[in-house]
Amino acid sequence: MDMKTSNRAVLEVRGLTKRFGGLTAVKNLGFEVNSGEIFGLIGPNGSGKSTAMKSVMGIERPTAGEVIFEGENVAGLPAHKIARKGFGMVFQHSRPLNRQTVLENIMVALLPDSLFMLFPDKALVDRAKWIADRVGLGAVMNRRPPTLPFADLRRLELAKAIARDPKVVLVDEPFAGLTRGEVDVFSDLIRSFRDEGRAVMLVDHNVKSVAALVDRVLAMYLGEEIVTGKAEDVMKNETVRRVYLGGAIETHARPETSFKDKVPLLQVENVSVFYGKAQALENVSIHVHEGEFVSIVGLNGAGKTTLFNTISGFLPYSGEIARGGEKLRGTTPAKIARSGLVQCPESRELFGEMSVRENLDLGGQHLTDDKRATQLAWLFELFPILKERQGQMAQTLSGGEQQMLAIGRALMMQPQILILDEPTLGLAPVILELLSKALTKLRQTTSITVLLGEQNVTFALPHADRVYVLEHARIVWEGDPGRFAAEAGADFL
Amino acid sequence: MASFFTTRLFFISLALVIIAATLPLYVSGYVLGLLTVAFYFGVFAMAWDLLFGFAGEVNFGPTFLIGVGAYTAGILNAQFGWSVYLCIVLGALASVIAGLVLALPALRVRGPYFGLTTLVAVLMLQNFIVVFADLTGGEIGLTIPDVITINAGANYWIALGFMTISAAILYGLSQSPVGLVLQASGQDPVQAGALGFNIVKHKLAAFIVSAFFSGLSGALLVFYFGTASVGTVVDVAVGVNVIVSAVLGGRRTVLGAALGAIFLIVAGEFLRPTGELATFIVSAVALLVVLFFPGGFLGAALSREARS
Repeated sequence: MDMKTSNRAVLEVRGLTKRFGGLTAVKNLGFEVNSGEIFGLIGPNGSGKSTAMKSVMGIERPTAGEVIFEGENVAGLPAHKIARKGFGMVFQHSRPLNRQTVLENIMVALLPDSLFMLFPDKALVDRAKWIADRVGLGAVMNRRPPTLPFADLRRLELAKAIARDPKVVLVDEPFAGLTRGEVDVFSDLIRSFRDEGRAVMLVDHNVKSVAALVDRVLAMYLGEEIVTGKAEDVMKNETVRRVYLGGAIETHARPETSFKDKVPLLQVENVSVFYGKAQALENVSIHVHEGEFVSIVGLNGAGKTTLFNTISGFLPYSGEIARGGEKLRGTTPAKIARSGLVQCPESRELFGEMSVRENLDLGGQHLTDDKRATQLAWLFELFPILKERQGQMAQTLSGGEQQMLAIGRALMMQPQILILDEPTLGLAPVILELLSKALTKLRQTTSITVLLGEQNVTFALPHADRVYVLEHARIVWEGDPGRFAAEAGADFL
Repeated sequence: MASFFTTRLFFISLALVIIAATLPLYVSGYVLGLLTVAFYFGVFAMAWDLLFGFAGEVNFGPTFLIGVGAYTAGILNAQFGWSVYLCIVLGALASVIAGLVLALPALRVRGPYFGLTTLVAVLMLQNFIVVFADLTGGEIGLTIPDVITINAGANYWIALGFMTISAAILYGLSQSPVGLVLQASGQDPVQAGALGFNIVKHKLAAFIVSAFFSGLSGALLVFYFGTASVGTVVDVAVGVNVIVSAVLGGRRTVLGAALGAIFLIVAGEFLRPTGELATFIVSAVALLVVLFFPGGFLGAALSREARS
């Protein structure tokens, strides 16, 4: 394959910008993808990579910039028009038509956008069969999706995306939820798209997982490009390393033996959770002592949020979760929260149309007036900005202020155990520093037990007494934060 | 598609239609009258299921489409004395136009707002009828001079034939390639768009088809009753019955909706001796089905087949 001479950029993106209200999710992004090339768009959760891909496809309307396909600017067209020009997209979550067979599902993707196609064409059926064979669904094409294993459902998504022979294939997190063996098979399939001369664009969290597959990678952070190049060069890039691993990290771990409780305050034993057919947690066991600060580190999709939601009582699970030796199974989420095991969720879940003060008062609703006033005064000391913003509507706060409010509201419940799920998501470094200081203060001046979930290692390690690494639904490492970079850090690039 | 003619569902449907067609030979006019109304309701419910089950849009105002068709046909006949058949066709067309005027802006809003828009449309139609009583007969109702026929058997066969043809068309449509695209648009609009389908266009088409059958059925019903009144073809409660029928029969089945409607009306009549309790009992049964068998009568059967 002589890519340099025979191929020109089939897709060219220039100055792509997407704003949601005041938030700039993608800022002035530019890249090109050649036919016969696999191009990776990589960035941590909240970096804007998925938004960039959706803007290319027309699912989101770009605020500014050009998306040039074979010399024609398609930016701003609706998704169905862009699709008809020669784009296919593989979605991460599949929702096939359950009452139709696999073959009929593929046929849907082949149909013209017409209101008068009342009888299927024989040629379409043949083409659908060919595609089914092509992606390895030949043996199951007459079965219905609910009877298929997860990997076959993902194949069906691939089949639909390439059905109309697109010149550009966009793939959202190609390996999410797949086992190692399946990852190899899917890599081969995606490579074969490239070998047929298609331009393939992948979106994923880290370089390592797609390094063997991609020809070139663009790493992005907070909506902007950091660097573009070959996978190995991008992994060596200083800024990329800092974004994923942080610089020199100072840790303040207290040894586990310094915690006096005989039975750990929170015990999670062999917990497994399934979403339909996809396994989200596999035999996860962790424990947290009273007053301890434990960080769970893992990339997006590793299972952190699932673990926290399981502990908070939102999900059915196998295994056991115990608090203070007592099993939590059967306790409602509301009861768990009120008894002092409080989660501050990743999505923040603020009451957007209520004021800052109302949000906080709701958190402290069960307290007596005196106690609530004391708690509020203490909280305003921790997050002075919230005091100034008391009367403002929560949804008009900046991202960082919203995060502080979310943590503040959780603290108003006077938690014994506080679960913080990705508090740094999409926040600028300056804000991270503020949050980091607040956590330090929390750790030094209160006895609150904290369980922190993060993909941002720089943020997670300095406070932690102990660290777990969660990867593909399993705990793969446990230990002292000081040893993290040496023993587990490499997997995070 | 062709394979449908060999399925169990086809033979069961065929057998039911044949048995139903022989009923006038041995049952009373009272039963025939009841079933005639039930069959027209069956078409209302099937037309509604095309929108809810396939396009994924909840139309809280099926009686807006039904009422426009019914009243247009009725008024044209009462005021101008135009022929019954012309009035029926014009009623159906009026319903399509009204549906288009409603759906064009309503499909732009997402989620529950579409449903609310359709609900408001019913209330507006109801007020219009009450206010312009000279034209519409107001709250008392509109007396219609002509009827199709006064023969109970003939009326029954017309209703049965109409429902059967409507069912064949609506079911065929739902299983055709356009029906699949519609279903995909309802289930996952983002992905359907990325596959190259103009979702608004397909949903609008579904709305037009639904409006056509609702209006046509409404117009036929009016000429069977010989009157049009808010309480029989426009009131929100009538719309709720249509919706309950469709859900009871089974979402995304089309045919189930007709079964649900027949069940609802026949059961209501059987329970008439219980007086005021009748509505309560039927509603309770409907509630239990929705709570414990959300797939409905036919939905549960079909999905069991799908899994095997």
